[in-house]
Amino acid sequence: MIQTDYPIHHGDYTRAGEASADIKRQLRQLGVGSATLRRIAVAAYEMELNIIIHSLGGSMTLVVDNDGIKLSSRDEGPGIPDVSKAMSEGFSTADEVARGLGFGAGMGLPNMRRNADQFEIESVMGQGTQIRMLFLLT
Amino acid sequence: MTVKRLMDRIEAEELTNDMNLDRKIASGYVCDLLSWVMARGQEGSAWVTVQTHMNVVAVASLHEMACIILPEHIQMEDAPLRKAEEEGIPVLSSPLSAFEICGRMAAAGIPAPDR
Repeated sequence: MIQTDYPIHHGDYTRAGEASADIKRQLRQLGVGSATLRRIAVAAYEMELNIIIHSLGGSMTLVVDNDGIKLSSRDEGPGIPDVSKAMSEGFSTADEVARGLGFGAGMGLPNMRRNADQFEIESVMGQGTQIRMLFLLT
Repeated sequence: MTVKRLMDRIEAEELTNDMNLDRKIASGYVCDLLSWVMARGQEGSAWVTVQTHMNVVAVASLHEMACIILPEHIQMEDAPLRKAEEEGIPVLSSPLSAFEICGRMAAAGIPAPDR
């Protein structure tokens, strides 16, 4: 079993993508096929950006075990008031900085759900958000 | 069509150094909204964008795109260029507008990405 944790900081756009790139590298070394690899990399990047744009800071974890490839994130808040609204394409609460960089089109969470084989999100206001994705090895 | 041949067609210069320009281009794409490109981008695309920050390189790399094309003489700063070199993504700058670049790519037989 492999497990790697990546701390992610709020507003750290210059390092955005580094955790996802490392995840992709690790999985490529394990021999994960390129189509699956791209799907995981895209979902990982969306997960990473979500923490950078929306949270007060958090972390991502990659686990590879017999069930498949698991990507999870947890953050320190502030939490999502309406998760089903946040899951709908086109809805975004991203700030001007994020929008100025070309983010905040309201596609992050839907894109994660589309790329993952299983997707779960839990959010508690004042505590934080947790996301779990599973990718099956075919 | 290779990246090298496309460069001639769109009068582009390479901003990165020592990249493999023999990579085949599978499709052409133009968009400046990174969220959109994350959701719709495809492997092997030649991607035209006016965005030049670090995250452009991250998106191109995660999608394993063929190259990034900046229109209208737009330049990119050193840090993202060095990152692009690390990730193996050539960055090109063309004097043409995004519209003309796409027109010439289409005329050269480069298709749109699969839908």
